[in-house]
Amino acid sequence: MSSHHESILREPLVTGENITYSKVTEDILVPVENKPNKAWWIGFIVSAMGAGLWVFCVSWTFWFGVGEWGLNKTVGWAWDITGFVWWVGIGHAGTLISAVLLLFRQNWRNSINRSAEAMTIFAVICAASYIISHMGRPWLFHWALPLPNQYGSLWVNFNSPLVWDVFAISTYFSVSLVFWYTGLLPDIATIRDRAIGTRRRIYSILSFGWNGSVKTWQRFELVSLVLAGVSTPLVLSVHTIVSMDFATSVVPGWHTTIFPPYFVAGAIFSGFAMVQTLLLVTRKVMNFENYITMFHIESMNKIIILTGSIVGVAYLTELFIAWYSGVEYEQYAFLNRVSGPYWWAYWIMMTCNVISPQLFWFKKVRTSIALSWLLSIVVNIGMWFERFVIIVTSLHRDYLPSSWVMFYPSWVDVGIFIGSIGLFFTLFLLFLRVLPAIAMAEVKLLLKSSSDQAKQKLITEQSVDKGQAEYYIESLEKYDSISPNLLNTKKFNDE
Amino acid sequence: MSNIKYILGHFADPDDMMHGIDKLQENNITVFDVFTPMPIHGIEDKLGIRRSRLGKVAFGFGISGTITAISMITYMLVIDWPMNIGGKPHFAFPDFVPIMFELTVLFAAFGMVGTYFFVNHLAPGRAPRVMDLRATNDRFVVAIDAKENSQHDKIDDILKKAGAVEVKHNERKYVSYE
Repeated sequence: MSSHHESILREPLVTGENITYSKVTEDILVPVENKPNKAWWIGFIVSAMGAGLWVFCVSWTFWFGVGEWGLNKTVGWAWDITGFVWWVGIGHAGTLISAVLLLFRQNWRNSINRSAEAMTIFAVICAASYIISHMGRPWLFHWALPLPNQYGSLWVNFNSPLVWDVFAISTYFSVSLVFWYTGLLPDIATIRDRAIGTRRRIYSILSFGWNGSVKTWQRFELVSLVLAGVSTPLVLSVHTIVSMDFATSVVPGWHTTIFPPYFVAGAIFSGFAMVQTLLLVTRKVMNFENYITMFHIESMNKIIILTGSIVGVAYLTELFIAWYSGVEYEQYAFLNRVSGPYWWAYWIMMTCNVISPQLFWFKKVRTSIALSWLLSIVVNIGMWFERFVIIVTSLHRDYLPSSWVMFYPSWVDVGIFIGSIGLFFTLFLLFLRVLPAIAMAEVKLLLKSSSDQAKQKLITEQSVDKGQAEYYIESLEKYDSISPNLLNTKKFNDE
Repeated sequence: MSNIKYILGHFADPDDMMHGIDKLQENNITVFDVFTPMPIHGIEDKLGIRRSRLGKVAFGFGISGTITAISMITYMLVIDWPMNIGGKPHFAFPDFVPIMFELTVLFAAFGMVGTYFFVNHLAPGRAPRVMDLRATNDRFVVAIDAKENSQHDKIDDILKKAGAVEVKHNERKYVSYE
């Protein structure tokens, strides 16, 4: 029940004074119900220019073909697949937060799941656009689907991981979209019931007629739980299959069984970094500090350090196994990665993904907003280089030394990459304007059990152990940027 | 007889609302429905609402996805156009597993959500059947059918005593959305 109090030792998930159910609604709907501020407009204009660049460069590719990219006869996959894997990986954190953390009953997910899921959807859109444009003849993309045709029918080869990928990515995108939208319905209904005129009409259509009756909520919770249950293996399968695009080939450096778990860990790692990049800015600009607290930031940093370390172990295992296998091609591939012409890319990857996230072992770093943000950017850069290293350094030294080349991106490659970031941020900023960035109904659930307010009340009522209460107050004062209910704290100390 | 159709007890706190439902039930007053801005755990038992069967629905759809995938792939690769791919068996079952899994998830998710929308009458553009506009914001609304329960004053009294911040007598069932 909602009156169930959790341990005072747990950090509050909602801070601030006088937080009521209506205040949650008011606070979260500020960006939706009001004209956007200057920060939003600046961000939007810059991102929209990026999105424009993306449209231009993708159209250029469609018109003139992939020959406009920097690809050559040896390196046939480069920035396109790097970008694709990078974006899909980023998307994974959203599903992880919304599904896996729901199954584990991690309540801190409640205030970050909405925006993380939105991020998933936008990231997968960016990823899919890379897939479509790298096809060369994108208008024939349906040839990857098992559709009846005039050639026999000649069916797709279901033994190919590329076909699995088509199914995996499209299932992932559509299931994420459904999961996200179903979760949005109660919050859209809240906007609808507060709006008037055309706004009410639009949100009324979008709300599907939600009314919040007992049966609606009961089924809603079951739907969320089951969707979380199916999304969890789904998200693991998606990056596993992405890694199989490489692992089932015979290219040295790709043909490794470690790829699936290593890719999944990397995906979670980069995804959480992107969530951190977005939310640290969002909470500041949108004044969500009471809902996305230092505890949330610290928890995400802990996941970043865990997955970053897993990725680090995977890098070292790869090196060890390459040596231990005794296969000279494999040994060369890794020696070339570490010390060949792309040594700088390898060491950027190592530094950004394995070494710098270790700084999060220090609580001071983990709870510093500026450093968290900086390191999240570093991780994003590192994870892009990881995919670049895997793809380009494995390809550029072919079996025949006469085919050895370097890869140089063309302006179209660069334009599509920068443009896809612009597209991503454009979609995210639009999302912040029209839909609640925090799941209001789910945050309301936390109000009576896990908010600072509820815990302060327990302390004033003296219904908790004194030592534990002191611990609670001390840790809040020490690490949280939002000062706790100081009045109550003082009262407690005086007594 | 008055034309009051529904009596709505507005609570500001979910615990007060649960208390209010208890009090109503002690007085043999049936609750028509409860509208809340968030899920209330434990309310189903109180109102005697059965466990949802949507989980089974999802399972059924999921299995049908698995069957669809295996039969589609087998038909295409083994029966309709068997092709020699590196001398491997036509029925290469391990290779079929990823797509079987993906279609299981796809069917389960879409089937379940579709069923949910269908049984709860949720559809784009459907007029919201809302009894009070604040029930999606900060009010926990207990609705009582005024025709079935005639002692209106007593109901008002029970609701107020249980901590209702407001009691409304509605002559229309739903808030107009025209």
